[in-house]
Amino acid sequence: MSARDAILNALQQASAIRISNGDTIPERPSFKVMHRDYQGHRPLSQQLESMISKVKGEVIRTSQGKLDETVQAVLREKNIKRLLLSPESPYIQSFDAFLDETRLYDEAIENWKSELFNDIEASITSTLGGIAETGTLVLWPSVSEPRLMSLVPPIHIAILYESQIQPTFWHFLRHQKWSEGMPTNALLISGPSKTADIEQTLAYGVHGPKELVVVLVEEESEE
Amino acid sequence: MNTTTDPFQERSEAAVKDKKLRANFLSAMNGLMEKRDLAFDDKTQLEALRILGAQVRQNSLVKLPELLVELETKLIQKGVQVHWAQTPTEAVDIIQSITLKEKATKIIKGKSMVSEEIHLNDKMEQIGVECLESDLGEYIVQLAKETPSHIVMPAIHKNTAEIADLLHEKTGIERKEDALYMTEQARLQLRQNFMEADIGLSGVNFAVAETGTLCLVENEGNGRLTTTVPKTHIAIMGIEKVVEKLEDTAPLLSLLTRSATGQPITTYFNMISGPRKEDELDGPESVHLVLLDHGRTQMYQDDELLDTLRCIRCAACMNHCPVYTRIGGHAYGFTYPGPIGKILMPHLEGLDETQSLPTASSLCGACAEVCPVKIPIPDLLVRLREEANHPNAQSSNVKGAGVKRRGMEPVIWSMWRWWHQGGTRYRLMTTTLSRLRFLQPGTLSPWTNTRTLPKLAKKTFHQQMNARAKK
Ligand code: SF4
Repeated sequence: MSARDAILNALQQASAIRISNGDTIPERPSFKVMHRDYQGHRPLSQQLESMISKVKGEVIRTSQGKLDETVQAVLREKNIKRLLLSPESPYIQSFDAFLDETRLYDEAIENWKSELFNDIEASITSTLGGIAETGTLVLWPSVSEPRLMSLVPPIHIAILYESQIQPTFWHFLRHQKWSEGMPTNALLISGPSKTADIEQTLAYGVHGPKELVVVLVEEESEE
Repeated sequence: MNTTTDPFQERSEAAVKDKKLRANFLSAMNGLMEKRDLAFDDKTQLEALRILGAQVRQNSLVKLPELLVELETKLIQKGVQVHWAQTPTEAVDIIQSITLKEKATKIIKGKSMVSEEIHLNDKMEQIGVECLESDLGEYIVQLAKETPSHIVMPAIHKNTAEIADLLHEKTGIERKEDALYMTEQARLQLRQNFMEADIGLSGVNFAVAETGTLCLVENEGNGRLTTTVPKTHIAIMGIEKVVEKLEDTAPLLSLLTRSATGQPITTYFNMISGPRKEDELDGPESVHLVLLDHGRTQMYQDDELLDTLRCIRCAACMNHCPVYTRIGGHAYGFTYPGPIGKILMPHLEGLDETQSLPTASSLCGACAEVCPVKIPIPDLLVRLREEANHPNAQSSNVKGAGVKRRGMEPVIWSMWRWWHQGGTRYRLMTTTLSRLRFLQPGTLSPWTNTRTLPKLAKKTFHQQMNARAKK
């Protein structure tokens, strides 16, 4: 018998005995404890900001109209020269002028691994939204924004729309019906990479980004 | 009678005498307990969440055989290759053959307790394949040629000075007692390895049957690099890690990170549902999942011991355990230390090998009080103590049951019972004992090594009470 069959047989037999002893398959539990009361997106974005700041995430608020300007200011302030962008990024044009070299993630990683690991200083990615209660960004890497964009460069700049914030991860899963189709990789990111493995001393930037900048685009109507 | 000294006893005695080790554990556990407490400020909500956590895990276990099949089907649809292993040897064989097929020489590893369980690093080394740990704590432990002493914080037994010595000695960096400096150096040392490794090997925190998704919880980003950069990703997990629905991960994640380190969430929650698609530009070209039994089906067959399988490996039970805090993780001598180890290892290795573990507890109940999925650890310890003395080992679900049953012990206990069953014989016995008190031995080792033996009273309790009544 294969290992698979042996394992499944043993489990099925135990299950069958339980059922013959009167056990029933329980119903799905109630997720009531996950429910939250909330009004409007501003309180959610404020909560997200306060949570992510506690783990060294920077939040810069802006409006849709000033978005380009804000992102440029971040790049200037951090003195970023080698930037990684998605080939479909709406910002490509606006950065041409002052960046020494903007790299587009437009070919398979194998062809330029060492450049990504050694030369790129920052990346800009979009987000699918945010989670208020834990100060979290939700990302679905894709063909145009591959997985490593938000992981390898020392500075990760993420654009988050205030209207896309949910109170908890559970709300996100529910509202966006994730279970109907998952991408190859989905990520929750809450701050720059960190460790506390040396005598519980918190140290940021161990393997992933050392800095996480959230450019938060506020809802116009709520101003 | 078993006359050889118990290795657990020896190790724990040595650990208790090691002042530095005790100081390291005491301060670390105090810190972790406080962080957990602060993270659950609303105790009513905590209780409701624990109930949900326990239900979610329990329900998934009830449906375990079906969910495993569903998980496998979904994963195969997405291009993940699924392997099953009954024993550590089978799991190692599977990983070795993938390695050979890929002609791989270097594996980079994210944190995985199951890989520790099967002693993967040593086994791979035997066929000339290097396994490099990339989680900082695991990296430190590997450099020291040790094993993790804690399931969440592998290097917790070492303080900053010891780590500074180690890194200086083994990697040649400057000796600085500065966690930030050492972390930065480790980053530099490991970066190159992420780029070069042929295979990334990781554990799994939850596997979602509904969507065929492997979830990994981590702070460092090494787990993401491990599962994204190398051409091949191998994930390994115990068969119990399946949950039914994607939404089940939400309460479990919240319980896990807060119970473990007091964080509302870890930096990364990485959900993998398949290898790189044709048009994608990164991610592994192939993903393998190894499902390991190793004693888990044995737990599954027992209605009570089944609860052990609910565990989400948060380590809160060890952080709150007075025994663990005093002896540290290595004294247990097995992959999983602390309360969870005491109820898990007897199934993985058999009670005959692990008979001391269930007794290494004061049954204070702190573990059960904090366990996010409400595993009644003390009850299970008592059950395993019974199993060790099981009169009919054949009918037991536990491998090695009956190991502690000795010839004289049952006889003594049946005499004890007989003696307590009749009023007259009980009184006769206690009166005789109090008369013969001069024959009582002065010491009863090892109990009296650190205690004074109480003397039998001159008069029995009944005699004293009768005397008072007559006054
Ligand atoms: S037994 Fe409970 S407290 Fe201990 S590691 Fe498992 S889930 Fe956490």
